Amino acid sequence: MSVVDQAPRFASPVDQRMWSERIPAPWWIFGLILLLLPIVANDFWLFQVLGWTFILGMIGLSLMFLAGYGGMVSLLQMSIAGMAGYMVAILGPSGAANVSLGLSWWIVLPAAFLIAALFATISGALAVRTDGIYTIMITLAIAAAFFYFTRQNYSVFNGYSGFNLVLPPKLFGVNWRDPLPFYYLSLGCAVLCYGAVVYLARAPFGLALQGVRDNPRRMAALGFNVTAHRVAAYALASVFASTGGILLVWQNAQIAPGTIGVSSAIDVLVVAVVGGMRRPLGPFIGAFIYVLLQVFSTDILGFFGFAADRFKLIIGIGFLAIVLFSPDGVLGLWDRWRAGVAARKAATTGGGA
Amino acid sequence: MNAPVASSRMNLPGAGNASSGNALELRGITKMFGALAAISDVTLSVKPGERRAVLGSNGAGKTTLFNCITGDFLPTAGLVRFFGEDVTVFPPHERIRRGLRRTYQISSLFTGLTVMDNVYLACCGVSRNRFSLIRPRPDDALVHAAALLVEAVHLTGDKDRLVGELAYGQQRQLEVALALSGAPRFVLFDEPAAGLSPTERADLVAILTSLPAHIGYIIIEHDMDVALRVAESVTMMHNGRIFKEGRSDEIESDPEVQELYLGGGHAHH
Repeated sequence: MSVVDQAPRFASPVDQRMWSERIPAPWWIFGLILLLLPIVANDFWLFQVLGWTFILGMIGLSLMFLAGYGGMVSLLQMSIAGMAGYMVAILGPSGAANVSLGLSWWIVLPAAFLIAALFATISGALAVRTDGIYTIMITLAIAAAFFYFTRQNYSVFNGYSGFNLVLPPKLFGVNWRDPLPFYYLSLGCAVLCYGAVVYLARAPFGLALQGVRDNPRRMAALGFNVTAHRVAAYALASVFASTGGILLVWQNAQIAPGTIGVSSAIDVLVVAVVGGMRRPLGPFIGAFIYVLLQVFSTDILGFFGFAADRFKLIIGIGFLAIVLFSPDGVLGLWDRWRAGVAARKAATTGGGA
Repeated sequence: MNAPVASSRMNLPGAGNASSGNALELRGITKMFGALAAISDVTLSVKPGERRAVLGSNGAGKTTLFNCITGDFLPTAGLVRFFGEDVTVFPPHERIRRGLRRTYQISSLFTGLTVMDNVYLACCGVSRNRFSLIRPRPDDALVHAAALLVEAVHLTGDKDRLVGELAYGQQRQLEVALALSGAPRFVLFDEPAAGLSPTERADLVAILTSLPAHIGYIIIEHDMDVALRVAESVTMMHNGRIFKEGRSDEIESDPEVQELYLGGGHAHH
């Protein structure tokens, strides 16, 4: 896949600085803006735009982890997110009281993560025996199969109608579906997932995953079980996808087969590619662009006299442009722009000296 | 492709008997690529701590033999035993974890990674840490082991450089370091001296001869001079078969070897 050809660079596993010293100043400012944003942003921005961005970003992040570090392009991540979301609806309380078990959240949440991880592990075990386009095909096939299964199975997945009134638990007396708490909840989860991926990339597992991507045969000759490592990456990535999936169900207060359809599976790929798969920040940027386009497509398209449901056209054109002009996504454009500025600056100072 | 392996094992009574006392034992190893036999009926045994050179012209099947020993290829027929254990059908990583190591003829390193990280990764591979989700602390035992290995191949001054930026000779040295990670019991060196300058060759010979006595190895080497200095015994291969075996000095003075290998008009470096 050309989209992941330019791999993220390894970094030394040993860095003696404190974690807080390793975060550059612009990040602190960016973080502060995100924290204080509710002062100026309205509920629509907090809940619909940014909440959804963080959710989609986390699901995209799980793909970035597999594709960017592991070289495995999986179209399965939306299904894994959906599995976690479905489990929350099935095991916990929902409007479909005849199907949902109504268990309490402290059983439901760990169970949702575990079942989604199991699903990811089994699917991963099937997918890792293939390479490149075949990985995409097999994961797409599993995603499609899961979609049709949820649509036709009524005893567990409640078929076509799915589940409504799936609400987050009122922990600490907070209604987590109110825009402000939901914003902080999804922001917190996104930051945790992002931090986890950044951290893991330089832990032995993450380093080895990148080694497996670059030279699997050599990794085997160093004692690594390449297949096991890849499957474990699927299991690990499922945690990020599941977090996004559970939040998605809470945000929409419902889940139905449409949530995990093939087009949603492809949207995750689009999000990760548009943002850039070389770094964990990419999917969040891609998600933000995607959400903005989707939310404001009515206005934009209406302005040009198109129907609002043509927003996929804009996404598609944007995707094409990115793949053609910047295979490493928007982040790649940004990197090149910064390199250009640095080069010009060096040229100016060099000329002045 | 597995069937012939199984049947050939059944033909060997006592194949499960582990008391042969050899570090490495090959019995009737044959590897076919289609109708072409890259190696045929190779039987070879190497004692623990023994250092053996494998000589032979290009296409003699030396690297294929290595690939059969490490499990990169499954042999079409034959048996591989490593310290008495039948590892014929084991995947490569299982053999590596039992103390087998190898280097590659063409350097096979992680060029986007620093020298230190390459060696650290090699140390993780043969430890239980390979799945660790926790970043190492500076005083981590594996980081320490990696630093020692980097020092052993004289790369300490370049330990934080990206491998892609290293000179060719340094990459060859690093290749050797990766093969010595953990607790190696037996190492396969695939032309470690290829393309090295005379100084670097001398350095390599020093590294090999100073390895702990219990670590045996097989070295594929075109340079007779290097081979005879680092190995006490020699196996000559020709057209996928073993054609002569003996102590280094015997082989050196053998007229047949002289004719086929040394006087054969091969241009060696």
